[in-house]
Amino acid sequence: MSKVLIIAEHLNGRLNSSTARCVTCAREAKPEAISVLVLADAPAAIAAEAARIDGVSKVLTVANPANAHALAAVYAPQIAAAAQGGYTHVFAPSTTFGKDVMPRVAALLGVAQVSDIMKVTDAHTFQRPIYAGNAIITVQAPADQLLVATVRTASYPAAGNGASAAPVEALNLAVDLPTHTRFVDLAQGKSDRPDLQSAGRVVSGGRGVGSAENFAIIYKLADKLGAAVGASRAAVDAGYVPSDLQVGQTGKIIAPELYVAIGISGAIQHLTGIKDAGTIVAINKDGEAPIFEIADIGLVGDLFKIIPELEQALG
Amino acid sequence: MKILVGYKRVVDYNVRIQVKPDGSGVVTEGVKLSANPFDDIALEEALRLREKGVATEVIVATIGPADAQAHLRNGLAMGANRAIHVVTPAAVQPLTAARTLLKLVEKEQPQLVILGKQAIDDDCNQTGQMLAALWNRPQATFASKVEVSGGSAKVTREVDAGLETIEVDLPAVITTDLRLNEPRFIKLPDIMKAKAKPLETIDFASLGVASGDHLKTTTYAPPPKRSKGVMVKDAAELVAALKTKGLL
Repeated sequence: MSKVLIIAEHLNGRLNSSTARCVTCAREAKPEAISVLVLADAPAAIAAEAARIDGVSKVLTVANPANAHALAAVYAPQIAAAAQGGYTHVFAPSTTFGKDVMPRVAALLGVAQVSDIMKVTDAHTFQRPIYAGNAIITVQAPADQLLVATVRTASYPAAGNGASAAPVEALNLAVDLPTHTRFVDLAQGKSDRPDLQSAGRVVSGGRGVGSAENFAIIYKLADKLGAAVGASRAAVDAGYVPSDLQVGQTGKIIAPELYVAIGISGAIQHLTGIKDAGTIVAINKDGEAPIFEIADIGLVGDLFKIIPELEQALG
Repeated sequence: MKILVGYKRVVDYNVRIQVKPDGSGVVTEGVKLSANPFDDIALEEALRLREKGVATEVIVATIGPADAQAHLRNGLAMGANRAIHVVTPAAVQPLTAARTLLKLVEKEQPQLVILGKQAIDDDCNQTGQMLAALWNRPQATFASKVEVSGGSAKVTREVDAGLETIEVDLPAVITTDLRLNEPRFIKLPDIMKAKAKPLETIDFASLGVASGDHLKTTTYAPPPKRSKGVMVKDAAELVAALKTKGLL
């Protein structure tokens, strides 16, 4: 039987919802137990959030000032040591956090990593995308090795809270931590809007929006819909918005219920990031744009005319 | 100081990938091959560090079949001083690639190893991190800015929450993100000059690398298709369609 260890992703004392998405993925493997490992300087509040997730049987915490920031070189040896405490699988979200740390864990353990799990066939067989999602492969990992994997968060809904909280235990790890890697700072885009990665609705603008100033109409429509704001790579490269808003293969891969693409032509790399959206709406002046090939609802026209009309129709 | 650059050959990013009807792989016969775009960015960054006087030598390395030599010549034409070709008949998985690169690191003793954050064929995003772990050195992944001074590097990383800056002691592994730089174009005279640059060939088997190819790919499938959508003629119809779907 499998025992899965999930590495909690957190920031500013809050658990990231990507962790609960990993729990949903782990449950697909029908394990006997799921533990969540919280590495932090002050893990108590984060651990309490993780303990409430339905399906979690235990939460392990390692409190250490060195764990204040998620430095892969510092986290990886601790994760590798914790994983060897009887686990068969180690999962983390395929966010920049998990992508950074998990291969380091796999290499320390001398095992392969399965990146971006999108479907669990059985405890050692998984589906994952390659070529920017243009092909899906089924991979088999050896059953006699610890399995390290990252989970494509857009493929899994977040597990809800269970009836009762799982026990939280402090874990003592005798691991030497390196000092060769030091956190300097984190520049976060400040926003009162919903978080792009987890929002139910997202409005994105592309090169067709034309300028950073013009992006105001995207923000305005998003606020009207209670949506997060995203952007295509072209809009980010043109300097209209910061890079943390980028949606696509090299940006964020998202799965909102409603995705509105405005002035976005639909390069493959962008489409890869929105494939799992519930309903895709495209507004573009070019009726031949590739975005219309995957849009559920398309509207051809001038976005500067359509958006004000849309706001009015929304009431 | 020396910089070692991982330089993988992949199916060109403009090629529309087709899965073979029998599910045994993707069509690569007769398809254009190019340098992995993130590796071009890695090489460009190494060249800029040399031009700034930070580095003295840039080595491009690849692990691949015998015909990947032309690909390495492109790296030399772009400006690398020399190239190392580890010849393997078949593609290797990231853990094997990292173990192989570690052999090159032990031989060349670079202060920096720069690689693309991922190859656009297998999309694994693992090799740089694995190399850093095996080498027991720092990693700075998804770099959008690199400043080297003295014995350390300050690297700005593109993370989901924004831009994170970390400081790493050298030697270290850096993996590149899109916005680190814009790679230069190769000029014709440089292609001629590249022919005279040293290119060392090493047989993979001679390195004594334990294979880390533990994963078996059983089938390839095309991605599920989204069903064809509808076109509406104006904002009012769009709002009505969203209401019908229960989205408003």
